[in-house]
Amino acid sequence: MSWVKQTFSSSIGRKFAMALSALFLMFFLLQHFAINFTSVFGDKTFNEISHFMGTNPLVQFALQPVLIFAVVYHFAMGFVLEAKNRGARSVKYAKNNGAANSTWFSRNMIYSGLVILAFLGLHFYDFWIPEINVKYIQGDMSGMHNGEFRYYEELVHKFQDPVRVGMYVLSFVLLAMHLLHGFQSAFQSVGANHSKYTPLIKKLGNIYAIAIPAGFIFIALFHHLTGH
Amino acid sequence: MSTHKNLNLTLKVWRQKDQKAKGNMETYQVSDISTDSSFLEMMDILNEQLINEGKEPVAFDHDCREGICGTCSLYINGEAHGPGREITTCQLHMREFNDGDTIYIEPWRANAFPVIKDLMVDRTAFDRIMAAGGFISVNTSGNTVDANAIPIEKANADKAMDAATCIGCGACVATCKNSSAMLFVSAKVSQFALLPQGQVESAERAQNMVKVMDEEGFGNCSNTGACEVECPKGISLENIARLNREYLSGSVKK
Repeated sequence: MSWVKQTFSSSIGRKFAMALSALFLMFFLLQHFAINFTSVFGDKTFNEISHFMGTNPLVQFALQPVLIFAVVYHFAMGFVLEAKNRGARSVKYAKNNGAANSTWFSRNMIYSGLVILAFLGLHFYDFWIPEINVKYIQGDMSGMHNGEFRYYEELVHKFQDPVRVGMYVLSFVLLAMHLLHGFQSAFQSVGANHSKYTPLIKKLGNIYAIAIPAGFIFIALFHHLTGH
Repeated sequence: MSTHKNLNLTLKVWRQKDQKAKGNMETYQVSDISTDSSFLEMMDILNEQLINEGKEPVAFDHDCREGICGTCSLYINGEAHGPGREITTCQLHMREFNDGDTIYIEPWRANAFPVIKDLMVDRTAFDRIMAAGGFISVNTSGNTVDANAIPIEKANADKAMDAATCIGCGACVATCKNSSAMLFVSAKVSQFALLPQGQVESAERAQNMVKVMDEEGFGNCSNTGACEVECPKGISLENIARLNREYLSGSVKK
């Protein structure tokens, strides 16, 4: 299988793998948003779906490892490629007018990515690590706290802190910038570019890149402002 | 944009004695430059001035001066081939500038394109990529079939022709923030991949050319699209998507 190793260590293979992990992450983000959005309408549905996602073996032991691999690969390879790309031009231009030919978002994916990574650290500290602790270290798979599902209560509690909500909003603005380039870029990298459908991909990408982060921001602000 | 008045300009030009020298930006003044002169004619005037002053003229690449040979380069005011679109430096005219402007003139910057002297860079990395797969196998023993005898779908013929207009100037590498040569390689792969004559080596072509491209030290493509905008021949990013497909399918086939 050396051809697999050879393919995925080439410039095109790596970009293909970056795109595949990105497509998976974008699909994940969509379902994460859909589930979170139910919290706006009350605790019942959100609690039930959260409990299902948190305890279903297929989600936990098949999809979650894929997600972790995709996240780690996307960040790690992002840094590897950035370092390699910077190294390909030792002497920089005295004057470079990047804005004349490309978007700011496309040229600064590393910075929007770094903010997203910092956000993930906070997100893991807030939710993922406590979840893993309660379920797999303490062994409490009930999802209950004081006789009720704890998920909605935890979500609302986290969004009461204005500093956290501020960081949350900033991170999602940067995520929107990342996606404004990333969505259509992923399709290009897997070889999907044609005058027939690429304009549609770009439009869908812009809608996705703005609507999903805006939706997450709305959820955070909703719980912060209403207090429930 | 000025149209009548002759221009007085400040030029910031990269000077580098040879490949090993460090190099630095030098400032020169040129005056009374006609707006009808081309950018390279302005460079010629600068060089005459330098020679008259007993100084070393600025070395820069140029040949046909009509936008078809791909020899001229120059990164002008932060853009490959200057501010115009779908033109080479030799097709850029001074009417694009204003009296009193300061113009930065630098060589293509990429480790894979080392500076030979001043504004001249070594672009033979492109030749080595071409040698790795930028060719087709044709029987030349006297039994060659006329290319026009083979039916080719019009859309593919057009796309192949568009890809084949790449003059290999290297503006894509120069403008890419990653110094990626993907647009060049994709044009060369596409012009063959789209035609029946190119099918003999199709499984290996992208593999071999990308291998050399990576070895030469070009960066990775991150789809900013800057290359497509700055390319003097308007080579489309569709070609890079095709290169990706050719490479990935080739890696499975071979």
